[in-house]
Amino acid sequence: MSTQVTTGLQVRKSVELTIDGKKVTAPEGSTLLDACRASGKEIPTLCFGDTITPKNACRVCMVELEGSRTLVPSCSRKVEAGMVVNTDTERTSHSRKLVLELLGSSVDLSLTKNVSKWNDNYDAKPLRFGAPSYHHGKRDEAVTGHHHQPDGETAETVHQPVKIDNALYVRDYSKCILCYQCVDACGEQWQNTFAITTAGRGFDARISTEFAVDLTDSACVYCGNCIQVCPTGALMFTSEYEMREAGTWREEEQTQTDTICPYCGVGCSLTLHVQDNTIVKVTSPSDHSVTHGNLCIKGRFGFQHVQNTKPE
Amino acid sequence: MDLKIASGSANTEERQAVDSLLGAPQETSHGAQRDEMGMRVSTGGESLRKLRHLLLPTLHSVNDRVGFISRGAINYISQRLDIAPAEIYGVATFYALFDTNERPARQVHVCIDLACRAASGCTEETLPEGAIASPCLGTCERAPSVLVIETGVTVRQEVLAPATKAQIADLVAGKSAPAEQPIAQAAPQTPDKSLVLLSRIGIADPLSIDDYISNNGFTALHKAFAIGAEQVIAEVTTSGLVGRGGAAFPTGRKWAAVASQPVKTRYLICNADESEPGTFKDRVLLEGDPFALVEAMTIAAFATGSQHGYIYLRGEYPRALMNLTNAIEVARNKNYLGDNILNSGFNFDITIFRGAGAYICGEETAIFNSIEGFRGEPRNKPPFPVEVGLFGKPTVVNNVETLLNVLPIINNSGEKYASWGSTGSKGKKLFCVSGAVNKPGVYEVTFGVTLRELINLAGGLKSDSTIQAVLLGGAAGGFVGPEDLDLELTLEAARAAGTTLGSGVVMVLDQNVNMFDQLQRIAAFFRDESCGQCVPCRVGTVRQQEALARLVKSNGTDSTAVDLQLLRDLGQVMRDASICGLGQTAHNAIDSALTRLKVFSA
Repeated sequence: MSTQVTTGLQVRKSVELTIDGKKVTAPEGSTLLDACRASGKEIPTLCFGDTITPKNACRVCMVELEGSRTLVPSCSRKVEAGMVVNTDTERTSHSRKLVLELLGSSVDLSLTKNVSKWNDNYDAKPLRFGAPSYHHGKRDEAVTGHHHQPDGETAETVHQPVKIDNALYVRDYSKCILCYQCVDACGEQWQNTFAITTAGRGFDARISTEFAVDLTDSACVYCGNCIQVCPTGALMFTSEYEMREAGTWREEEQTQTDTICPYCGVGCSLTLHVQDNTIVKVTSPSDHSVTHGNLCIKGRFGFQHVQNTKPE
Repeated sequence: MDLKIASGSANTEERQAVDSLLGAPQETSHGAQRDEMGMRVSTGGESLRKLRHLLLPTLHSVNDRVGFISRGAINYISQRLDIAPAEIYGVATFYALFDTNERPARQVHVCIDLACRAASGCTEETLPEGAIASPCLGTCERAPSVLVIETGVTVRQEVLAPATKAQIADLVAGKSAPAEQPIAQAAPQTPDKSLVLLSRIGIADPLSIDDYISNNGFTALHKAFAIGAEQVIAEVTTSGLVGRGGAAFPTGRKWAAVASQPVKTRYLICNADESEPGTFKDRVLLEGDPFALVEAMTIAAFATGSQHGYIYLRGEYPRALMNLTNAIEVARNKNYLGDNILNSGFNFDITIFRGAGAYICGEETAIFNSIEGFRGEPRNKPPFPVEVGLFGKPTVVNNVETLLNVLPIINNSGEKYASWGSTGSKGKKLFCVSGAVNKPGVYEVTFGVTLRELINLAGGLKSDSTIQAVLLGGAAGGFVGPEDLDLELTLEAARAAGTTLGSGVVMVLDQNVNMFDQLQRIAAFFRDESCGQCVPCRVGTVRQQEALARLVKSNGTDSTAVDLQLLRDLGQVMRDASICGLGQTAHNAIDSALTRLKVFSA
């Protein structure tokens, strides 16, 4: 990863710190995660996305910082001169293993990248908390400060039915790790629409519209920027969802083609995901300096005309 | 912002409740009626969004009036404050005292927490029909405890403690509670003018500023103005005073850090969100000596250069709210608050901010989010509050008891205060003694008495009781056993013994208490009160509760060792990797029961 040293006329200072016993330099204002990855360390991340301010909610990227009582989240902790950081200790391994187990035992991580590899690396066994329980499912009705007493026979999960309330995308919150990225993308960091929020508290905390109304009754403008940032497949194009359900989704056969959105003069970059000569979903490069992966409803979903098919 | 408001409009009561706080709406886009010209000029936006800190008070206003937060009410608040309905829903559902489903105007909250269930066996399962289970209501000295909230044009809140099962059923049926006991009853040492922190309890009328003044009131404030801000901080530093909320951070260092900030807009917050199960010392101070808090906060603000103070008061303390509201109003009228206080040139005022049922809002950065109108989720540190706190400005957050200790420090001197106590723990400390003692209540002692001496001070053990365990520091603290009675109650001795004094809880559990039940309640408490932001705490507290349920059922079998290891693993990740102190301490008491009391046998 290259380090940008000058920004306009401002020279960014660099600081020196120690990572796993080696002195490294990192630009001021960068994070421990940046510094660790720049020096070749592999640190798992789940809730971290490259276009949203880190929420450091998942706690899988924790590293040990000398002088700190607790581990620190590398995704959001800024580098400081003289820091002594260890990325691979008994404590960091334990912490990563447990976070993987806690999430793996409560959330469907089947579409989350790298999880099975990390489970192997950290010897995480999500099933050791007991068989997952799928019976509640009514998470939108949870009463804050109250819960069912567990009997210890099963491990509670965030399982609930898939929300299908519009033609463009589905919300499968059984796959949600509560990274807050969709809320931030919908709200003040990108879209300023504020259609969704985190509701409830504790294990009952969930992503929701007001009173869990359907998206069609909410403020949603279907920009799909929440889908773009979702790291777990909880938010998904209806086209992808239906193909997965039908067993026809074959990601390895898909091609990705970058192009420019034809609708207006902004000229957002689109990445068309094509399977069997059909566009199956649209993303946008998150490293684009203008749009950062964001699109509007037209760029995100308005591709039917290309295929000369009519939406239902 | 371009709001999209779905169907549902506020009824007259809800509109009145909102308008009583925000004033009548001025524009149609904010919910006003169209005038005869049918014209409007749209302003708002930025100016409305600056009012976001009024969101929680507005939700309180609606909840006080109609008992719940409806879709119509959220839509109207959305128009008035320019906040999207989804966001308001997210905030409203964060707090346990609010409900977004319709419910009766009268709610009977029955405490099912540690002291109350030990005293009466009152659990979720044994509650009378129509009552609501509540976490600790902070009246453990007269457990079991009930809080009744009856919403209406003027909301009525009553506390009944102790409450019998028959009385609870009567309350649910709509009967009024008898008048609450006198405040001083919670502090059995009083009246005693020689006490330092409780000297006015049972002596001065908490509603009378004249009584306060004639009992040594406002002398410290006069002296503080005379010696100057720097000297005040120097005295507090010399005194060795550390925070009494549980974290024991040196107060003088905190004040000095804020006073040295280049940013001149600064805030002072008094953390009165006392919710740690077993803790009620702040309640006694807030109810019994409210002017002292006004005086202490004014001194703290003067020392740190803060222009405005907030008292973040837990929502379940009606008498404290009443007495504090009175104290602030009266003090303002007599120029102990406001502009140019006592001709010193110093301006300062205090706002009471009511919590709404969230233990996590006692975490200092969660308080900021709560006051600012967001969900009460803790923030990441660094940056620390002394640099970036409330509204992004340098902020001092001090516990009630901490602030009240400032008065004797200034009245005497830091040196005098430091002469009390042990090498590592200076001054006076309040302990909340509850459980199987003859005279439960708040006790003021000099740091250094032993646990045995404190229990004796509280009238000794009940005649038919033997000690099974003592919980120190609350749910986030730890258990000690009957062999630990000679433990010196100092910060350093507690640390050396592998336990904590925390917020000063000393809950004496006798042979009749079911320890399995206590542990399961502690686990349930943390599960309910976790904000849900980080994985170790959000899921860890659930897995901890499940593992305990298994252990209770199959104690002493082959699976016990496996589950004990599971608990230790969970404890470590919560302690190492949670964002805030709630998750970091959510395993402490359970860990102490496993290792010190050995309640489960592998």
